Formats: sequence, structure tokens, C-alpha cells
Amino acid sequence: MRAMVYRGPYKVRVEEKDRPGIEHPNDAIVRVQLAAICGSDLHLYHGMMPDTRVGMTFGHEFIGVVEEVGSSVERLQVGDRVMVPANIYCGSCFYCTRGLYSNCHNVNANATAVGALYGYSHTAGGYDGGQAEYVRVPFADVGPTVIPDWMDDEDAVLLTDATATGYFGAQLGDIAEGDTVVVFGAGPVGLFAAKSAWFMGAGRVIVIDHLDYRLEKARTFAHAETYNFTEYDDIVVHLKRITDWFGADVAIDAAGAEADGNFIQHVTGTKLKLQGGSPVALNWAIDSVRKGATISVMGAYGPIFSAVKFGDAMNKGLTLRMNQAPMKRQWPRLFEHIQAGHLKPSDIVTHRIPLEHIADGYHLFSAKLDNCIKPLVVVGD
Amino acid sequence: MPYTANKPEPATREQLQARIPGWGVDLDPSDRPSVPREHFDPNGTGAHWEFPERQPEHEPRERSIEHKFLTPVFGTSVPLRGVSGAIRRYAYRYSEARAAHWLLLLAGDRVNAWEAHLGSIAKGRPDNPITETGVRTELRHGLIARVGRKRADVNHQWIDPIVVAGPWVLAGVGAVAAVRALRRRGR
Repeated sequence: MRAMVYRGPYKVRVEEKDRPGIEHPNDAIVRVQLAAICGSDLHLYHGMMPDTRVGMTFGHEFIGVVEEVGSSVERLQVGDRVMVPANIYCGSCFYCTRGLYSNCHNVNANATAVGALYGYSHTAGGYDGGQAEYVRVPFADVGPTVIPDWMDDEDAVLLTDATATGYFGAQLGDIAEGDTVVVFGAGPVGLFAAKSAWFMGAGRVIVIDHLDYRLEKARTFAHAETYNFTEYDDIVVHLKRITDWFGADVAIDAAGAEADGNFIQHVTGTKLKLQGGSPVALNWAIDSVRKGATISVMGAYGPIFSAVKFGDAMNKGLTLRMNQAPMKRQWPRLFEHIQAGHLKPSDIVTHRIPLEHIADGYHLFSAKLDNCIKPLVVVGD
Repeated sequence: MPYTANKPEPATREQLQARIPGWGVDLDPSDRPSVPREHFDPNGTGAHWEFPERQPEHEPRERSIEHKFLTPVFGTSVPLRGVSGAIRRYAYRYSEARAAHWLLLLAGDRVNAWEAHLGSIAKGRPDNPITETGVRTELRHGLIARVGRKRADVNHQWIDPIVVAGPWVLAGVGAVAAVRALRRRGR
């Protein structure tokens, strides 16, 4: 089969690989039709995530058709069109039975600090991902869901991670009616988090980034008030000024490990790998919110230490909430919001790239060329 | 202002509903999908087992020493091989709490990339830095995306080519120096 493979930092290519087979009675093999490149795939692409092995296929956002099922699979049949959540999870461990699917304890042999994700290094379990013609889907009775007839493919593929993660991030903010919410990062997760903040009753939604074309999308898609941090001497002071010197009630870090805004933090975190990422956005969140505020961390960070300003967080009495999103837990409500017309995930898609040209897609997305916000990878016909 | 008791009044419900599609549809905090954080529902996941059947282990599989045993299901992409495999296997002797674990894994990643590059030359299909980095997209979009834009990432993007090509240049310089040194000794 044709599959994207990682060749080392900043290098990927498409090559022939063995088609995956059933390795467990509850496995399914899915023929991928549509996938996406996630902002967190760029952390792998840039060589930031420990134990990212040459030859791995990335991709935790994908939909497709069930091609084969294992002997114990009861809920899926060959030919079903399915959306597969980014999390791999068993459905029966302590965490899964409490809805914490992203923290499953039965699927990641390599680490206990993170659950398992498709195509996200061996630190996240060592499973190949969906930027390929076929993918092995463990626990087929638990994760995948048949795509409703009324749903667009592009909406479905975004629900497998980006949309669900943004929506989850807004929930972790514990938003109350009238709250001022500031979102750091106008990428896909930030856009969905900003949009979702209104659903939860925000009175004001502010989005911060340095890319004007993404801030424009934040205004039109998420109805947000936007600021380009490069235009201000100190974005923290600016946020205080525009909130009558309070700061926001809720902040959402939707930038994560590759945040810009501080050269030293960025270079030590993303180029030299001396930190688990560049916590610029998280530190801005800590310093810019009001005392007693809640910060929701949706941006992904690596497992080693990062220079986070915990002293300020403690002294301000902040609540920091975070987790990888349990995608499927969000789906029933998000289906309702899409059907009601409140949300159209595919509005943020900017590029549709054939699998054979995926290296170009990674570079476009990584270097933020051609106004790229969300690239999809077209695998099927 | 926070120097007194009151906060600024936000826009009214009516104003927000008129402007924002879906405003307030998840207003009730207790009626949000991830509230409460832990919601015990063992029959709601689709699992029809108490503990999953074990996936066969066809070759020894590395695992975190913070696990009691190998998880019943595990990924099988790219088993450990070569020098990088030895480094990574050694890293798994340390817990996730130890910096040595992660730093050895990162070292293994860098060695793995070199193994792959040299292996690709040996196999007659060398890595192509033009097609595999997607750098051709710069020809069409690079300048227009950067010139005259207020982008914070422009101040560090110049490092990327050094990260990608720098080790090759250094290796080339080292190889030339080594050959020259050998020639001098031969004379």
C-alpha cells in the first residue's frame, strides 16, 4: 500500500509499505478515504517528540471504509463508513470506564503518562496512523463510529480531533455566562475553542496570534475580537488594558509546544529540544488572566520539562486544567450543533492535498505558506 | 476596574444571541459532555470484556517500567533495530520520571535518522532533500507569505535549513578533512 513515512526531522515521503493485518480479535482494518495533517503532527515532523522512529506513518485524523474485521468485532461490518477518534482506547480500564478515553491504560506499552494515538510516535504507543491507504484500528467495537448519512466527509474528519479538541478545551475553561475568554493561537484548535466559548455563554472572546490571515479567520468563523501580538510591545499589558485592567476570566492555550513570541523559548524548545516545548502562550495566559481565573491547556507539549511560570500561577490562585481530549465523548453534542447549523467544521479547511504530495503539505503547514490553516490529505478516489 | 468591587458589564443575552450563531446552547455547565470530568459508565463504551484479550507478542516488545506488564494491546510500527534500537532499549531501563529516559530517546531519534539516510544510499534509493522536505512550495509561496507580514516566526525560520542540511554539510567537511589527513600521512 502507499503510505506517508517519516524520514527524519523535516522530511517525509510516500512509499510502498506492507498492508496492516489483524493483530488482535477486536481489530479492524480501515481503507482510508480522507485524512488530515494536525498541528501536533508538526511536533513529530520537527523531531520534537521522543521516540519518533523513521518509517512510522503519521496521522490521527482520518475517516474511511471498514475493509476487514477481527473475530470478536460485533458492532462494525465490512463496508461501513467510519470516523475514527484520534485516541486509541480499550473501553474497559479504570480510566475508560470513567470517560477518560485519552488516558486509557491498556494501549500504550511505552508510557504511562500518555494514552495512545494513531501515528504519534512510540511515546504514544507505536501505532501507525491514517496518512496511508490502510490503517489498523484496535478496539473496533469501542472507538470508530459509523458516519451519519447527513454528515459531510470533511466535517467528519475534523471531528476526529481538531473540532472535538477545541470544544473540549472550552469546556475545561469552566466558562460562565458573560466571561471574557482569551484564546492563544488561531490555528484549527484555537478557532474551534473560540467558537465553542460562545456556545458556553462567553460575553467576549479574544484571539491572539501573529498571522493576520488566521486572525481574519478568527473574526469571520469564530466572531472573535483579534490582536496580532507583534503589534504590541507587551501583549500581556495590552490584554490587561482592554479588559479594564482585570485580565480575562478564562484563557485557552491552543498554541502548545511551538508557540512563537519569545525567541529564546522557541529556539530552546523547538530547535534545540532542551524543553518539552516553548511555553510562551502558556506563560502569557498565566500572566494575562485575572486572579482566580481558569486556564485550559489544549496545546500539546513534549514529555520533558518546560520553563513554565508556576510561581505566578500559584500566587494568582489560578486553576490549570488540561488533558488530551477524549474525542468520542464530545461527538453526540457536536453532531447536534452541526445539524442545528451552529457549527460547520469544514469552514476552516484551506488545502486538499493528494497523499502523493504530502511532503508539500507538511511544508506548507509548517512554514505557514499560502494562508494555510487546515490541510486535508486525500487518500481515496 | 479590579480596584473596586464591580466588573464591567458584558453584552446582554439578546445582543449576543443576535450576533453569534449558537450563543448559549451549552450555557448550563452541568449539561456539557465533559462534565463531570469522571462519569462512571462501564457499559457505555462498547467494550464487551472486563480485561481485553492479549495481542500476541511476536518479538520482545519494549515497555515503560512504570507498567506492571506489557499492555494487552500495543503498536507494532517499526520495531527496535540497529544502534538506535540499542539506545532506545537502554532508555526504557529508566522510568518516565527520569530525564535520562527522554534524552536517550531523543538521541536514539537522531541516530535513527542517520541510519536511515545512510541505509537509503546503500539501498540505491537515497533520500531526496528537495522532494522530502516539500521545499519546492517555497518557490511559489515563500516570499509572498513572509515579505511585509508581521510574522514572529520569520526570526527563527532561518535556522530550519541549518537543522536539516547542517549535519550533512558538517559530515561532508569532516569526510574531506579525513581524506586529506590520510593522504598527508600517506606521503
